[in-house]
Amino acid sequence: MTAIRRLLVANRGEIAVRVFRTARAMGIATVAVYSEPDASSAFVRAADVAVPLGGRTPAESYLRGDAVVEAALRAGADGVHPGYGFLSESAEFATAVVEAGLTWVGPPPAAIAAMGSKVEAKRLMAAAGVPTLPWAESAADADRVGFPLLVKASAGGGGRGMRVVRTAAELDDAVAAAAREAGAAFGDATVFLERYVEAPRHVEIQVFADTHGNVVSLFERECSIQRRHQKIVEESPSPAVSAELRARMGEAATAAARAVGYVGAGTVEFVLDSAGEFSFLEMNTRLQVEHPVTELVTGLDLVRLQLLVAQGEPLPAEARAPRLDGHAIEVRLYAEDAEAGFLPSTGTLRGFDVDSSVRLDSGFEAGDGVSPYYDSMLAKVVAYAPTRAEAAAVLARALRRSRLHGVTTNRDLLVRVLEEDEFLAGGTDTAYLDRHDPAKLGRPLLDDGAAALHAAAAALALQAARRDATPVWGRLPSGWRNNPSQPQRVSLSRRGAETVVDYAFSRAGVTLSVDGAALDIALHECAATHVDATVDGVRRVFAVRITGDNVDVDSDLGASEYVVRPRLPEPDAHVAAGSLTAPMPGAVVRVLVEVGTEVVAGQPLVVLEAMKMEHTVAAPAAGTVSAVGVTAGQQVDAGTVLVVVDEPENSDAD
Amino acid sequence: MPVLPDRVDRDAPEFAARRGALLDLLAEVDAQLALARGGGGEKYVERHRQRGKLLARERIELLLDPDSPFLELSPLAAWGTTYPVGASVVTGIGVVEGTEVLVVANDPTVRGGATNPWTARKSGRAAQIAEENRLPVVNLVESGGADLPTQSEIFIPGGRGFRDLTRKSAKAIPTVALVFGNSTAGGAYIPGMCDYVVMVKERAKVFLGGPPLVKMATGEESDDEELGGAEMHARVSGLADYLAVDEVDAIRLGRQIVRRLNRVKLGRAPAPSYAEPLYDADDLLGMIPTDLREPFDPREVLARLLDGSEFDEFKPLYGPSLVTGWGQLHGYPVGVLANARGVLFAEESEKAAQFIQLANQSDIPLLFLQNTTGYMVGKNYEQRGIIKAGAQMINAVSNSDVPHLTVTMGASYGAGNYGMCGRAYDPRFLFTWPNAKSAVMGPAQLAGVLSIVARQSAQARGKPYDDEQDRQMRELVETQIEAESRALFLTARVYDDGIIDPRDTRTVLGMALSVAHNNPVQGRRGFGVFRM
Repeated sequence: MTAIRRLLVANRGEIAVRVFRTARAMGIATVAVYSEPDASSAFVRAADVAVPLGGRTPAESYLRGDAVVEAALRAGADGVHPGYGFLSESAEFATAVVEAGLTWVGPPPAAIAAMGSKVEAKRLMAAAGVPTLPWAESAADADRVGFPLLVKASAGGGGRGMRVVRTAAELDDAVAAAAREAGAAFGDATVFLERYVEAPRHVEIQVFADTHGNVVSLFERECSIQRRHQKIVEESPSPAVSAELRARMGEAATAAARAVGYVGAGTVEFVLDSAGEFSFLEMNTRLQVEHPVTELVTGLDLVRLQLLVAQGEPLPAEARAPRLDGHAIEVRLYAEDAEAGFLPSTGTLRGFDVDSSVRLDSGFEAGDGVSPYYDSMLAKVVAYAPTRAEAAAVLARALRRSRLHGVTTNRDLLVRVLEEDEFLAGGTDTAYLDRHDPAKLGRPLLDDGAAALHAAAAALALQAARRDATPVWGRLPSGWRNNPSQPQRVSLSRRGAETVVDYAFSRAGVTLSVDGAALDIALHECAATHVDATVDGVRRVFAVRITGDNVDVDSDLGASEYVVRPRLPEPDAHVAAGSLTAPMPGAVVRVLVEVGTEVVAGQPLVVLEAMKMEHTVAAPAAGTVSAVGVTAGQQVDAGTVLVVVDEPENSDAD
Repeated sequence: MPVLPDRVDRDAPEFAARRGALLDLLAEVDAQLALARGGGGEKYVERHRQRGKLLARERIELLLDPDSPFLELSPLAAWGTTYPVGASVVTGIGVVEGTEVLVVANDPTVRGGATNPWTARKSGRAAQIAEENRLPVVNLVESGGADLPTQSEIFIPGGRGFRDLTRKSAKAIPTVALVFGNSTAGGAYIPGMCDYVVMVKERAKVFLGGPPLVKMATGEESDDEELGGAEMHARVSGLADYLAVDEVDAIRLGRQIVRRLNRVKLGRAPAPSYAEPLYDADDLLGMIPTDLREPFDPREVLARLLDGSEFDEFKPLYGPSLVTGWGQLHGYPVGVLANARGVLFAEESEKAAQFIQLANQSDIPLLFLQNTTGYMVGKNYEQRGIIKAGAQMINAVSNSDVPHLTVTMGASYGAGNYGMCGRAYDPRFLFTWPNAKSAVMGPAQLAGVLSIVARQSAQARGKPYDDEQDRQMRELVETQIEAESRALFLTARVYDDGIIDPRDTRTVLGMALSVAHNNPVQGRRGFGVFRM
């Protein structure tokens, strides 16, 4: 028994926060490590103490095992939890942790190593009687695998170094390309061939083993809905798994764990084909991102179980005889633009309020920046309900009610999936997003008519904010006129389009139009933070957040982000190009360009010396030097033409 | 704290009748306001727009802080004259970058924004308001100068406008000119006398003499841009401090200038929080009789004007025809003098004189709510010295130094107009309800007086008196005086600062009080000799 009193989490973001939460509940002190971009991240604040690793990229920070071990020792930690990703499946790191005299919260290094090579793992699994897909290590044996087949990297994952091959003719090229990619990505060019299952389901079994010989299955999770091989919707139980199948898959998974002497939390991934046949894919020797769904349906805290097992305790009774109750669905909320091919989105989270009806695992808080350095997952949002339909409904409603401001998210896509008929019928497989175009699923929930209402709410809230902030006449009626000539006007832009809202308050209320179309609106309350209004006979509250020129509006109709366009824009700081003259009499010190030189705006052209000071004459705009009127050493009078810069014709370089 | 009760009977038949009558009067005012907004009419507005220019009120709206109120002053100046209603200029008080400013904008759609005698009178009143209340002035300039056919009425007195600009500057009241177009000849001295000048590129034209005049005077050939273009003034003459690329840019620069004026209000700040009146201002319409012979209780008005409808009445049992007391309006303390039953007797006059002195001792602004037919006449009253009593009140009003605000709620006749701080007594602001009337006396009384005098004159000369002619004369005079007593007639002559909807009274007075507090409110401690 080695009690952990102070736990370092060798990870960042939501998983660090997640592990800290359980550690705190168990009375264990917490230590965070962090990179430079993470210096002000929520997970750092969530720990009792934190140790900077330095560096910006993962390679310079979280992947430096030696620095992490040193941080643990420096902070007086006696245990290390690796989270997921980064060093979580590095046998080398696990060994280093143990050798430093620290408790490793994870499986034995040998088990990690055994499962680390997919080729090796498949051999072991086949020997242990776990069903595997036909596979081969060399292209020569492709016939044994059969077509279509998949060329896969033995190391790594995430879809890199992977190729689907449908005919023998494509094989050699595919193998070469996959090997190149794998070599570049993982430093190991080993590839193998595996039978390709069309549109399978991705079903995995959560296993747990202790050092007392207990190995249990905590049932399945289905993670079939994926974008670019990244899971985005995960649930337990799977709508495709019967009790009988669950039992068989559980037995296979525990057999797999036993075969490698596994300890702790692990996940055995299977493909499940449309005929209900399952085959071993790989084993993840760590806590999975999607572990919360298992926690909700079993009532177990998997991190607590990990810590208990790491401290040498047996799995508690409730884990040895687990129950499966109700249904849990998790979605991964990403900062990305689903409409634009899942392009990652960065920026500052002006607001981040996820509805409290669901479980939220997140490393972000309002005000945090979403940096390009790490995975763009903002949060895992998890709903639990007695039935799958209810869980999906609760989760969709919670997502709709969440206020996510500052970065584009995949929220609207997730809501559409959760409300989509095939999903609700349980028709999930890895080709789901091929059948359902993400660009369509990802478009805003807010339709055009509703967008007009949101624009109106934004304008009225901005109005209230200005009335609150004014130093004089703040309590007088908004926009009061004794001789009213025109309404107040605000111009907003959203998704690249401009919306103009005109409004005028009078004794009778407010008259308002959006892009010239009158809105039948009665105001009940109008504040900078919310607008309570009846429009066309329906009363609703529009929640508004104003941050500088950004206005975020949320209602049951959807979410929208507006930018206030300046009423009185500053003119372009564009100075006419052409002849550049000496600003004062002086001597030419240097001529830095010649005829034909292409110059950019601000580029120095000539240096003059006058009154003992050097003055640089710079290009006012991009263009080509068409004449040089002076030479170094020459005395010039004020107004002497020094250089002529011609702007390119039809220039649109502004 | 004493809270005024609500005694208005909204179900009474006269409530609906009065409301209807007042709404009719308001509709008449609104129609005239619409004419004023229309400027020089559709044709000229369209031509102005086609030149890519903004209308005067569009310029003002862009200049003001969004959603801030704007009080247009004398909007119906020149009504009923041979000049278009509005007098070809828009003046008003608004908020720019959190600072209260006076805005003066020429309306170039009305005869090129040329200044006629009414323009001069209206602008002069605006200038006086700016000076008395230490308001920065922003001029939105586009004017062809003097309306030449009326030059004899404008030229000599008109010079005062330029003098006033620089006198304001001498008092550290900033003046800004945004020049959108013509500002030539005498008009060139508007930018010339301002602290800050912005000119719109290719639009502003500022010179003493244009090309034809220069040619006539010296034989020199020149063009507009050389003589007075914005670029020239920004780069060569230095008259323009800022060169704006267009109108919107000029307004942006104007706001930028005001932002850096570092204006601090010298008067006390209003109470940070206060209650609105307990009763709806809409009731005022049904309470106010359009027949001025019917008195009404000004406490019902105060109940809809004052914060929390709270009013501490002073000397309620003495001189009850005039209500005096203390209250607060939009957070500012005010002393109120309001006519309750038209006539002012000696007791009311003495009460008023005392109350005005008290307000000066406490540095509290005064609000005069006029509904008076004047000081009492008759043997008894003359012999008991009604003139002396009235003189005390007029002395107190004249020499009081706290800001005065006057609202003509109904009648404002005779010396009552003086004692209750009429226009000649320089209240900081004077507003009129549409039902109000003001004259030396009522039309019937005036006609009757003329009739009696004429009859006496005929008798003295031993001539017979033609009763039919007398009837016609009385009718004629009554009609004329009636017309000249009306609110529209008074406002047309800039005898007030505008007709207001009674329901807006609290808002307008709130603005006026806030504006008055740009200066410290300091009452007079020593008064003139009160004749007893």
